[in-house]
Amino acid sequence: MTEPILSGLFVFMLAAFMGYAVISKVPALLHTPLMSFTNAISGISLVASLVAAGSDWGLAARILGVVAVTAATINVVGGFLITDRMLKMFRKKPGAK
Amino acid sequence: MTPVLLAAASASIEGRQLVTAAAYLAASFLFIYGIVSLTHPDRARRGNTMAALGMLLAVAGTLVVQGLSYEWIAGGILLGSIIGVPMGLKIPMTKMPERIALSHAFGGLAVALVGVIYYIHESGFAAHGEVDRFHMGAVGFEVLMGAITFTGSLMAFGKLQGFLPGKPTVFPMQNAITFVALLSAAAMVVFLVARPASISIGVADTVFYITLGVAFVLGVLLVLPIGGADMPVVICLLNSYAGLAASASGFALDNKVLIICGALDGGSGFILAMVMSKAMNRSFANVLFGAFGSDAGPAKSATGGKAANVNEASVEDASELLKNAGSLIVVPGYGMAVAQAQHAVREIASLLEKNGARVRYAIHPVAGRMPGHMNVLLAEANVPYDQLYDLDQINDDFVNTDVVLVVGANDVVNPAAKTSPGSPIFGMPVFNCEQSKAVIVLKRSMNPGFAGIENELFVHPRTMMVFGDAKQTLQKVASELKSASGH
Repeated sequence: MTEPILSGLFVFMLAAFMGYAVISKVPALLHTPLMSFTNAISGISLVASLVAAGSDWGLAARILGVVAVTAATINVVGGFLITDRMLKMFRKKPGAK
Repeated sequence: MTPVLLAAASASIEGRQLVTAAAYLAASFLFIYGIVSLTHPDRARRGNTMAALGMLLAVAGTLVVQGLSYEWIAGGILLGSIIGVPMGLKIPMTKMPERIALSHAFGGLAVALVGVIYYIHESGFAAHGEVDRFHMGAVGFEVLMGAITFTGSLMAFGKLQGFLPGKPTVFPMQNAITFVALLSAAAMVVFLVARPASISIGVADTVFYITLGVAFVLGVLLVLPIGGADMPVVICLLNSYAGLAASASGFALDNKVLIICGALDGGSGFILAMVMSKAMNRSFANVLFGAFGSDAGPAKSATGGKAANVNEASVEDASELLKNAGSLIVVPGYGMAVAQAQHAVREIASLLEKNGARVRYAIHPVAGRMPGHMNVLLAEANVPYDQLYDLDQINDDFVNTDVVLVVGANDVVNPAAKTSPGSPIFGMPVFNCEQSKAVIVLKRSMNPGFAGIENELFVHPRTMMVFGDAKQTLQKVASELKSASGH
């Protein structure tokens, strides 16, 4: 039981440190895309929702699972599309439309 | 990818688990690659595409898990795509804060529901035995944060969209009630974790669902007293909560890719919230519990209407001044987003650049309703990003600038932040607009801004106030400039 807890904490710690180092370097220019990007990747909870909706854990779990899949899918699909739309607009030279 | 999946479909359970794990590993790599790419505007788009690919791999890797029934999953994915795709492709850039708030709500909801399902499956109705303490703690935290994020983000969305009053909503004992709710929710999670064997599962279930309910109420309580101008901080904090909830779900499910993404999301939201509150010279506690902007009492003292010393100018005056400017700094604020004036701003900038003027944009970290809001709007209007400057980069240049054009900004150009210690915004870093040779302020009326504070810049001798809708004013100025250059 202790093994997954410990390895989970290791992963969390490393990801948090790396995240802090990298995200501090994201320019203010890109803060809105950063938000929509991190929002899209945290839609990874979709994978947990998939297991919940697809397993035979009773009707309550099934319905809640489908709602969770729907909500997470909206974020994943919408998040990556919007981030792409925004990033496409950032250009160094004017005119190239 | 498909042959791999097909091969996996016929493989043993162990083989399938291996495929899933490999997909998650690849996804983790691609997500981290994506976030590293975001440190540079030229590489960012590619990073986003790679991360989307990572998501696809993770989903594909999950779908090979033994015994999943696909029809329910397909229904959810289809419904989510029907809502998510048009939202992603169509939503206007001016509505970005609303869309981000809404996406935090969806994220919080999904994570909270996953926590509830896990609880049902592992403990409650299914009676699979007991959840061990560590996992109960993770699930409790996940559900608490997820539910707070859900209702809190819906409140933020309502305020941004105008369903709810943008001003802080306050009632007696508000902070005390919020604290009690927060403490009781935390205490209930601790109870569930520490539950002695003598307490039945039925009681534990009841406590769990009460916790969920209290968390939903808490989200509302936490965001109600926060004013519209403080939305940047709130949105960042909700972003952080959503990430932490996702990370907790990774602990509950022993899923590393969830832990990583949650940590990145949670960390990013937290860093942005710190940047925002630093740019307002306020602490988190002050933003969250200060109900800033509700007490507009002393603010309306001196100049309620148009005071005598306001230098009201016409479109022609402003055009004349701009025509002869050798250098211009545009200071955009939330008013630019409301008026959707970014394209008109860009048009004037182009006309002045043809005259040989140097045009730059000064972007305050808290301009608008979310971090980077102004940058996105100006990028949409085709402003090259090397003309967009941060507060620190440009603030010493105002003194050498001919004209400053303030478009719908207020608190971020208020000299009171530097000069009057009694002001609520004293100490907040602001632009040195008043040091330039001339200032043009585009404003709807003389009403004080969101924080309800008088702005000395508007009555400054070198300031010209042009009242009216910013977009219409700018379009009139543009046609003046065009006809002038036509001669």
